[in-house]
Amino acid sequence: MLRFITRRLGLVLLTLLISSVLIFLVTQILPGDVARAILGRFATPQALANLREKLGLDRPLLVQYGSWLMHYVQGDWGLSLSTGEPVFPLVTTRLRNSGMLALVAFIMYVPLGIILGLFSALRRTKVFDQVVSITSLAFIGLPEFVTGLVLIAIFAIGLNWLPASSAIRPDSGFIAALPRLILPGITVSLVSLAYITRMTRSSTATVLETDYVRSAYLKGLHPLRVLFTHVLRNSLLPTVTVIAVGIGWLIGGLIVTESLFSYPGLGRLLLFAIQRRALPLLQAITLLLVVVFSLSNLLADILYALLNPRIRYT
Amino acid sequence: MADQATVFQAADLSIGYRTESGLLPAVRGATFSVHEKECFGVVGESGSGKTTLAMGAINYLSENGEVLGGSSRLRGQEITSLRRFQMRRIWGSRIGMVYQNPSAALNPSLRIGEQLCEVARRHLGLSRRLAGEASREMLARVAMPDPVAIMQRYPHQLSGGMLQRCVIAMAMITRPELLILDEPTTALDVTTQAVVLDLVAQLTKELDSAVLYITHDLAVVSKLCDRVGVMYAGEFFEQAPVRELYHAPLHPYTLGLLGCVPRFDPEGGKHLLASIPGSIPRLDRLPAGCIFAARCPFVQDRCRTSSPPLREVRPGHFSACLRWDELPTAAEYARSTPAVPAHKEERPEVLRAVEIKKSFPPTERLFGSGGRKSMSVRAVDGVTLWVRKGNTLGVVGESGCGKTTLLRVISGLAPGTSGDLLLDGRKLERSVQRRPRKVLKMLQMVFQNPEASLNPRHTAGRAIARPLRLLAGLSRREARGRVSELLQAVNLPLAFSRRLPEELSGGEKQRVAIARAFAASPRIILLDEPLSSLDVSVQASLVNLLCELQERNNVSYLFISHDLAAVQHLSHWIAVMYLGILMEWGDAEDVFAPPFHPYTEALLSAIPVADPDIRQRPIRLEGSVPSAANVPSGCRFHTRCPRKIGRICETETPPWREGRNHHSIYCHIPLEELRRLQADTIARTTKGDG
Repeated sequence: MLRFITRRLGLVLLTLLISSVLIFLVTQILPGDVARAILGRFATPQALANLREKLGLDRPLLVQYGSWLMHYVQGDWGLSLSTGEPVFPLVTTRLRNSGMLALVAFIMYVPLGIILGLFSALRRTKVFDQVVSITSLAFIGLPEFVTGLVLIAIFAIGLNWLPASSAIRPDSGFIAALPRLILPGITVSLVSLAYITRMTRSSTATVLETDYVRSAYLKGLHPLRVLFTHVLRNSLLPTVTVIAVGIGWLIGGLIVTESLFSYPGLGRLLLFAIQRRALPLLQAITLLLVVVFSLSNLLADILYALLNPRIRYT
Repeated sequence: MADQATVFQAADLSIGYRTESGLLPAVRGATFSVHEKECFGVVGESGSGKTTLAMGAINYLSENGEVLGGSSRLRGQEITSLRRFQMRRIWGSRIGMVYQNPSAALNPSLRIGEQLCEVARRHLGLSRRLAGEASREMLARVAMPDPVAIMQRYPHQLSGGMLQRCVIAMAMITRPELLILDEPTTALDVTTQAVVLDLVAQLTKELDSAVLYITHDLAVVSKLCDRVGVMYAGEFFEQAPVRELYHAPLHPYTLGLLGCVPRFDPEGGKHLLASIPGSIPRLDRLPAGCIFAARCPFVQDRCRTSSPPLREVRPGHFSACLRWDELPTAAEYARSTPAVPAHKEERPEVLRAVEIKKSFPPTERLFGSGGRKSMSVRAVDGVTLWVRKGNTLGVVGESGCGKTTLLRVISGLAPGTSGDLLLDGRKLERSVQRRPRKVLKMLQMVFQNPEASLNPRHTAGRAIARPLRLLAGLSRREARGRVSELLQAVNLPLAFSRRLPEELSGGEKQRVAIARAFAASPRIILLDEPLSSLDVSVQASLVNLLCELQERNNVSYLFISHDLAAVQHLSHWIAVMYLGILMEWGDAEDVFAPPFHPYTEALLSAIPVADPDIRQRPIRLEGSVPSAANVPSGCRFHTRCPRKIGRICETETPPWREGRNHHSIYCHIPLEELRRLQADTIARTTKGDG
């Protein structure tokens, strides 16, 4: 097991290294001149040259990359070019906020999705299954800005139960922020809930048809024991990995939802960095997101290996 | 039978499935009983309703299944009317089940021990610790080495034979009154099958269980069962004590089935198999009268209007045929088909393979190999053989012996690592892409699974026309004419040329595949287990077809199979393969008579012969074929060889010992010695002898 994890970690590190090169190259080279991008079209040549020297842009590329990566690893992510504040605390606060939203959404959709999927599978010839199936398809098809707006219209504007905006102070605590996390949480949940439900349903339905479930019934076991020891252990495997992979998306992929609710998370900060061409910020966030996605994939791999005796040690 | 208590009895049991097209009567009026210490076999082809019967009889049907009438009783207690919670006290406790595919019947993510213990805890009320002990004891009884370690294993860590023993242990741990075995050895290799069958026979006698044995395999039934019932399209046609059923069946369908099985008969000349024409009727369109009438060679007009129920026509012998007393015996019937001419003369060679080797390199991986040193797999490790004109070479061996790889090397689909291939004396390119059309035309192939080898979007006509246009260079019009000739040659109606594979049965698909192989008028056809996915009656008609086509076209076959009887029936020459090399090679008659290679001997003794009067000396191979990535030293069979003579087998490669007519055996034991040791490997006991 240890060897398995070490090998996967090695692959993660390699992924990160390659991504860092790509991120560096794309942000540093492709948009043209960084200094001009910052100072604007009317900057004097002298000002451009000064800025280049200040940013170290006159050094060879490899040296620039090396020093950027070294600083990044040490947590020195530079200063934001537009606001002048240090990037590192800014990004980590937002990461924490994204984590809070992810947690709320996670608690809402994971248990519910599994339960709904399970019941659909157990009632797979009944109306219940069809209702769940059609509804979940509908939610997969609807983009978040539609479901989010509908939710705001109903619960914030219509019923006035919850705030429409989730613009919390970036450093506010979890409990204080909770009421403002519910609506965006539900918005995010709806899509993922549908995925989890369908995944659980299909894998459980497959497992219920297997010979070993038949043989478990014909051992005279109680249906609940068949369900918990024989069915779930196998049918939740794919679901668990989908959930784990989804964590990456929950933390770094919520650009639309965060913007819609004005929630100060990573996604919105990323959008800001893109719009303002805040390059150090952009680099820092992008690489951080690669880390988050890699780790959630690693988590999925490890969970799968732990739960599935057939995959271990390979 | 009167002195034995009846354990299980089904009376006039009818079972149906609700489908969109209405109620399908899958089993109709089935009556049978199983007594203490008795093994009752239910034989039938696919679609005969044998599994439905067993599942319905123990009140376990899928949601759309329903018992329509009749009763089934366990020790006198009616069980079809019981509710699920009541059945749960009977299933797994008084009725044990063993299934076709052991690796599917065991939960892949639970340890073997847990799967056994849960039965003991549920039905015997044992504590976790005591259940563990009971499981260990039961595993020891099914001859599992090191039960303690086995209990900690997951199913994927055990071989098929070991898994089936675990399933048997699981079914027997409660000492059930009735044990149901549903094709328990179909998924296993012959040598493993033999071990499992021995075990079933021994255990059921020890534990006093009654056994209901469901199978399509008449040979297995003849070795294991006391009485046999033959099912067809949901009805019993005949029930009789096993020996009577085999020698003097009283129903034409039984007669037909027995005729379909190639007989292991060294003396009697070869005959075409007595195949059963036509196919099983659809359950939603059952004909009036006898449902077998349309396929019956003994049919009379009265059969089409009336059919008698299954009734006792002789003491203990039940038949559902009007003409039961006018039928020939099984032996007479088998000899009623035309004889196959034996070709004794030496014929010129068509194909020669010299020192063929094929190895697969180990998988490469990034960041270490996970602690295992992977070796290259030597799937075929130096095979030399030849095929003569108009003759058949049969290659037999268990799964993993490399026979399929050998065929793929010869066909060029998997180019060999080294060695030469000669077709008509000219050297062949190793890779199929580099072979000119003229060569491709001469060497064709029929695959095991016709479902996969026919393009689902091409009609049968198009599939056959393709090689005609591509390889034989015919015009569209010429090809069309030839397609109809070919369809005729494989006994398919012309209209079938417009059908898609999904509109054909398995046997029909394989006929199309054979027609396609013959289309380019090849010199040699490679047959990769072409029969193994088909029912016996379909197999028989295909074996006949292959024989006839060979006579007519003077084509050679290289036929690989694990079915020794089919190989013996079809082949003039036989090669026995084990772990990538040949063990024995010779004329079919010589290979099937002593001296045998010890491996051939073990195969012959393991394969059940469809004749209760043939006694085979029980030679059982333990363990499974070693990995081709780690071939044993010396003679590579030494790890399992029952005739191992000592150190020499482990250290030195054996010599090829040659007998008459190129018959060669790869063994340290001299031929004379082998002949002496093996005189009674297979013997016919006198009739009536217990």
